[in-house]
Amino acid sequence: MDLLTFARGPALQWSLIIFAVGMLWRLTGILLLRRKPDHSEPRHTGTWRGALKLIATRSVPKREFWATTAFGQIIGYVFHIGLVIVIFGFVPHILFIRSLTGLDWPGLPNSLIYLSGAITVAALIAVLIRRVSNPVLRMLSNFDDYFSWLVTTAPVVTGLLAVAHLGARYETLLAIHILSICLLLIWMPFGKLFHTVMIFVSRGTTGALFARKGAST
Amino acid sequence: MAEHDEYTIGQHLQSQGISRRAFLKFCTAMASALALPPSAALAMASELPGKRRPSVIYMSYQECTGCLESLTRSFSPTLENLMFNVMSLDYDDTLQAAAGFQAEQAREAAMKANWGKYLMIVDGAIPNANNGYCTAAGKSALDSIRETAKGAAAVVAVGTCAAFGGLPIANPNPTGATMVSDIVTDKPVINVPGCPPIPAVITGTLAHFLTFGKLPELDQLKRPIAFYGNTIHDRCYRRPFYDQGKFAKTFDDEGARNGWCLYELGCKGPTTYNACATVKWNGGTSFPIQSGHGCFGCSEPGFWDRGDLYKPLSAGLWHGNMAAELGTAAVAGIAIGGAAAMAARHRQDAHQKKETK
Repeated sequence: MDLLTFARGPALQWSLIIFAVGMLWRLTGILLLRRKPDHSEPRHTGTWRGALKLIATRSVPKREFWATTAFGQIIGYVFHIGLVIVIFGFVPHILFIRSLTGLDWPGLPNSLIYLSGAITVAALIAVLIRRVSNPVLRMLSNFDDYFSWLVTTAPVVTGLLAVAHLGARYETLLAIHILSICLLLIWMPFGKLFHTVMIFVSRGTTGALFARKGAST
Repeated sequence: MAEHDEYTIGQHLQSQGISRRAFLKFCTAMASALALPPSAALAMASELPGKRRPSVIYMSYQECTGCLESLTRSFSPTLENLMFNVMSLDYDDTLQAAAGFQAEQAREAAMKANWGKYLMIVDGAIPNANNGYCTAAGKSALDSIRETAKGAAAVVAVGTCAAFGGLPIANPNPTGATMVSDIVTDKPVINVPGCPPIPAVITGTLAHFLTFGKLPELDQLKRPIAFYGNTIHDRCYRRPFYDQGKFAKTFDDEGARNGWCLYELGCKGPTTYNACATVKWNGGTSFPIQSGHGCFGCSEPGFWDRGDLYKPLSAGLWHGNMAAELGTAAVAGIAIGGAAAMAARHRQDAHQKKETK
């Protein structure tokens, strides 16, 4: 079995199984935790609306903190949007998702994907430089932060190398690219990348609580 | 054979009525196909006429004769035919008139007369599970290839079956088929894969050997880099559509009619190294992608067993029922998560009881 067949076959298959087990394990484990009973009288009944509102409003930068958080927020937005374009806009990626879910949508031209990929890598490098150069951020960072950065950046870099045929033969680069995605899938439920799901759960929970209490968000 | 050996290629060409101009055109085309510098065409033109026709022994094993069909069914007169005519094809059980003992005697005589110098072409995989498979003239394929390869200057494995096992090696491989390079380990082996290979690729490889006395530069799979140095995708005339994100979704939709990229329909051009997109077939007329069908990747090892002939390259290669496996994984994840939450609740209760006491 060659490397590409291994990557497209057993590696992808097992990493998806681990991903499915891990994501649902973590999510079910958190959602079924006992919550403190709230005996207060609810001020509002629109808790779902409050949850959705907070998910949206917390994504908008706050004017009060803009001066100090602008760089981090902009870079964060750049690489997150870049990742979305690359993951969901590139036709081979859409075909991969289609093979799993049956879902299909139109793709974007490759030139736009390559540009987004390059900008994403640049933003991810900027994020890392900021993390290691800022004393406070550096102190707050642990293995999880750096490894999560690595497994996020690796698929984008290897994907760009594959399309540019740089460093090795295409099939080898493609296999490495797929293996880097396998690593991402395996790590996602167990590290900080779990925020891809939890960000909605945690913000929604907070939003629902705030709405119940009648707090302004 | 002895009679053949008296003549040089130049004399043979003259006897066939082939003009100097046609021969020079052939040399230029071959040098160009092999990505050699212009001086190589001159070297070919000056070297080849003076050379004696090399003895070639063509052995067929587990194959469909498609490779030989490819080589011989070229339109006449072609450069490929021209090159084939200047070889002394001393044994080929499909083409030769002789049969039985006479045919075997021809092979043995050619081997004896050209010991250490003849070129052996192998077509087909070699069954290794049972000596009874693929027996000819009382000899098993394994014994036959070993015996003939012993006196060869080099062995050319023509077609994917000979080069990588091809269809015979595909699961469940009942004959224990194997490739030439696994059997012949003490001679230079050159692989010319394809199902079938392009005639010009076969003759180009032979022309290189004849002119320079050595095999052309090979890749890691022992294929001539001149022909197998680029992927079909990189040389495909439909590549601009791939870059624009324009794909045919079925074989008869608007995209297919417009000649858009066949990636979504399972084209393996991006991972297939061959000259189909440049040299093409039938005198440069067309190749599979041009006729509307994606590349199967037939010049790559194990192309048949991957089971993805019509799956896009980026789709996973699943073994078993993917939906069932992912469903089981999801149920297992929920069960583990539920058990973890219950354990956490139990700990909370125990802690609360302790505090109440």
